[in-house]
Amino acid sequence: MAKKELDTRFSKFGTVSFTSISKTNDFVGYLEQGKVMGTKCKICGLEFFPPRADCYKCLSSDMEWFEVAGKGKLLTFSRLQYGPVGFEGDLPYAIALADFGSYKVFGRIAGDIPADDIRVGMDVTVAANTLPNGQLNYVFNKA
Amino acid sequence: MGKVGVIAVGQSPFVRGYPGSIRELAFEAFKEAMQDADITVKDIDATIVCSAPEYDKQRSPAGVFAEYLGLTPQPTFYVETLCSSSTTGLKLAYSFVKSGLHDVVLVLGFQKMSEISSAESQERMGRGADIQWESPFGTMMPAYYAMYARAHMAKYGTTSEDLALIRVKASTYGQINEKAVYRKAVSLDMFTDPESPISGPVATPLRVGDCCANADGSSCLIVASEEKAKALSKNPVWILGIGAASAPVNMAGRDLFTGLTVGEIAGRQAYKMAGMTPKDIDVAEVHDCFTIAEMMAYENLGFAKPGQGRELIRNKETYKEGSIPVNVDGGLLSKGHPIGATGGSQVRTIVLQLRGEAGAIQVKDPEIGLVHNIGGVGLYGNVVILGRS
Repeated sequence: MAKKELDTRFSKFGTVSFTSISKTNDFVGYLEQGKVMGTKCKICGLEFFPPRADCYKCLSSDMEWFEVAGKGKLLTFSRLQYGPVGFEGDLPYAIALADFGSYKVFGRIAGDIPADDIRVGMDVTVAANTLPNGQLNYVFNKA
Repeated sequence: MGKVGVIAVGQSPFVRGYPGSIRELAFEAFKEAMQDADITVKDIDATIVCSAPEYDKQRSPAGVFAEYLGLTPQPTFYVETLCSSSTTGLKLAYSFVKSGLHDVVLVLGFQKMSEISSAESQERMGRGADIQWESPFGTMMPAYYAMYARAHMAKYGTTSEDLALIRVKASTYGQINEKAVYRKAVSLDMFTDPESPISGPVATPLRVGDCCANADGSSCLIVASEEKAKALSKNPVWILGIGAASAPVNMAGRDLFTGLTVGEIAGRQAYKMAGMTPKDIDVAEVHDCFTIAEMMAYENLGFAKPGQGRELIRNKETYKEGSIPVNVDGGLLSKGHPIGATGGSQVRTIVLQLRGEAGAIQVKDPEIGLVHNIGGVGLYGNVVILGRS
């Protein structure tokens, strides 16, 4: 019997990924296509970002993908001068949280935005991003 | 059902690079607690061992400690909620005693952080958050708390200087705490002096001086039923209220970024159980892993209204002589933060305060004390109210 090939796409998420297999592996597939996607429960309509394979509210695992689109508001951020092991090459970089209405998004702020231009309350959009080491993540750009 | 008391407390010195193994580190706090109560291992019915995993190589340390401390064949097990592990252990000990399952329970918290490098330690702590969706962005504890600091500043106008004042207070007491890892003075000027090692940014807006000191250390609490407490101790301190809460691990799952909901919810539970309000608290130990964490604790525990925490520190109300002394043992900022040992050390400080045995940091005649211990970035929270009677 041929060995079933493992879908380890999640190991491509972020500068260093700590997860290789997830039922949300398609998230990484969508990042490769330039899309940042969340999941929506087909039964109760609850939207999830980050995406989930399972809905805790109605216990369904019947999900559909939706694209994170439009503008969000930057809720807070921090610019790191030190990073954990494996992230030294990215420094300095900023992490942030933005509010998109029915869900919030945690991610990096695009590296080309000067530190002094980042403000709580500013409008942002999300874009898929390829890192120098070939890994994938997503970043906030000024709207 | 009778009361539950803390009959003995112990703590190792909090140090950088403890020159011994984890079981030897555990022995230091254990010895002090056993001598404090003047009891023997035969009096201990069960042991709860608390730490955050992956700093040392030992899996399942409970069995190892039970053997080393002479606590076999009594039951023992391991519990963790990151930085709040040992107050979670205290809550379990309370439940065991209250249920009548055990009469005397020993809670041992420990952490030997120096087994790994500082950068590795940051990576471990960062993985106490959401490893699937957040860690891949390069997160670490100072950056998460910095996001709370940024939100607090944006909403309330809190300044970096307000946060620095909290560190100045911590160092005032860290200097006179023989068990503190950071014994040096910190002044406001040091935060703005580019030559000072504490002025450099770690994760904006937090600077080196806003962050607690990693340390190796252990803490030990012995908890007993009312009957046993009175028989084994001259001056038991009673657990009057105990609350605990959790929050979404993912920042995107949260709604509040100017405070920690777990501190607020656990505090509310503890006040209700004790039949008390924030005004009843005479002395408090709060989880100041970062200066902003102490500021949020003031507000989450009701010592100040949301956004008004800065007035407490500006007016020195949280100093030893103030209206609500907070962290007069140096706090996590100066005493040090050996993750799994921290909560037990906070409880020890309050117990000594209530007994009138706190020495140079003794607050005037306190009746009621409070411990606020947070795990992760407000992921877990425990609040304990202790009293003399």
